[in-house]
Amino acid sequence: MTTTATRADVCAVAVAEAFRGDGEILANPIGTIPMVGGRLARASFEPDLCMTDGEAALIGNDSSYELSAEEKIYEYSNPYRSMFDWVWSGRRHVMMGATQVDQYGNQNIAAIGDYAQPRTMLLGYRGAPGNTINDTTSYWVPNHSPQVVCAKVDTVCGIGYDRAAELGEQAARFHEIRRVVTNLCVIDFETPDHRARIRSVHPGATVDEVQAATGFELVIPDDVPESRVPTDEELRLLYTVIDPEGRRETEVPS
Amino acid sequence: MADKRTTEDEVVAALSDGMTIAVGGWGSRRKPMSLVRAIARSGLRDLTIVSYGGPDVGMLCAARKVKRVVYAFVSLDTIPLEPHFRAARQSGAIEDEPLDEGLMLLGLQAAAWRVPFLPTRVGLGSDLFRDNPKLKTVTSPYDDGEELVAMPALELDAALIHQNRSDERGNGQFLGPDMYFDDLMVQAAPTGRRFMSVERIVDTNDMAKEGSHHTQRISRMSIDGVIEAPNGAHFTSCVPDYGRDEAFQKEYAASAKTPEAWDAFKTAWIDVSETDYQSRLRARS
Repeated sequence: MTTTATRADVCAVAVAEAFRGDGEILANPIGTIPMVGGRLARASFEPDLCMTDGEAALIGNDSSYELSAEEKIYEYSNPYRSMFDWVWSGRRHVMMGATQVDQYGNQNIAAIGDYAQPRTMLLGYRGAPGNTINDTTSYWVPNHSPQVVCAKVDTVCGIGYDRAAELGEQAARFHEIRRVVTNLCVIDFETPDHRARIRSVHPGATVDEVQAATGFELVIPDDVPESRVPTDEELRLLYTVIDPEGRRETEVPS
Repeated sequence: MADKRTTEDEVVAALSDGMTIAVGGWGSRRKPMSLVRAIARSGLRDLTIVSYGGPDVGMLCAARKVKRVVYAFVSLDTIPLEPHFRAARQSGAIEDEPLDEGLMLLGLQAAAWRVPFLPTRVGLGSDLFRDNPKLKTVTSPYDDGEELVAMPALELDAALIHQNRSDERGNGQFLGPDMYFDDLMVQAAPTGRRFMSVERIVDTNDMAKEGSHHTQRISRMSIDGVIEAPNGAHFTSCVPDYGRDEAFQKEYAASAKTPEAWDAFKTAWIDVSETDYQSRLRARS
């Protein structure tokens, strides 16, 4: 067993921590490290989470890899139609990517520049508006930079706390942006006006480095803790069960 | 008893310039590509495409058949961003009508159920209200008085879907993991222009041998024409019959790099009959 956790290992643990306390809901992390971290949460401290196979089923496997039908432990047939049942009934916590995410947790994956004729067309709004108004949402940023973690997003796909406040308590009562996990740190919005705050900095990174890589002024507590490193049992799960090939290292290289 | 077998060319003949056409599948999965190719080489123009978008959207944009796209995403899955669609958006060649994935479901459902809208929380607070002026809100008439999004019915002129099996009468069957929203699309489209291509036409009696009757999710009540198109979803996936042709998809994506590359791709793979397309493919492998 390795003695020192890599940055990718720490990111996976930070992702897992985002799902702590969620109980029996659909934990839906999208991306390599999000999937590894989500599986880690379920395999350790959140055993009741439901998780997808990345396609159209909820499965019980701990592996984060694509599995054959024979390998999968099927719990539920979950075509896209069913996904909306969970989203709209408030039984999902998704961790999405973000091409831009700002100081109130607004997220953009649609287009960069003027939306009418964008400089760079991206995916489109996808499910971000529906995710953020109905359920807890977190974001994963493997490349923390001022362009990504920015002052203001060009297009609001997933809504942040300022937009939620404008809607009022009734309309926004299911809205929660829980975490932004990046390759450098963990950000939350647990401040009086829900501005982004450094929750923890990954071992090897510094508060100054995080602030320099961010396009707005982060709320920085007096004592910023280091992000938690994996326990021996978590390392065992990561290295032998969930991601034995170390694919997480390609997303966040050591 | 109606025999609804027809051809790609007859489907194109049933369509007109300016129509709004829903295309089934999701991303680069189970797209009715033989029908998309037939439209791409036709004289049709100014189409509005409603799609959980993949290469159907990109190819029709590149072939200049599209006036407007109604979508929540356009992706090739393993190639996340669809290069032809991006080029069309970035050059301003097409109009853009963005939705959330779930809003599209509700718009199709509203059209199928013949109601003007369906209420939802989805979209509140987002820039969909900046970028899609068709969206409006509605206030609940009940004591809660809540303001919700009134997702308008997506009125269609035609729907094109691809299934694994069907009979001659239009009973369709999907054998993969997900129906996507094909059933809603053909339910939302008007009688006369609801078309389904399939890998293989079988006797009604034999459909239950192909898969559990739970997989028979397209009724002949919502289908006007059936096109037998083996490998017709190529290069998108059509599991369990075949997976995505990733090498071909890469070539398709690369054809967005220059006008010359697109012309070469179009000459080789679009301006040919479906029979020739399939025999060329077989000659490659």
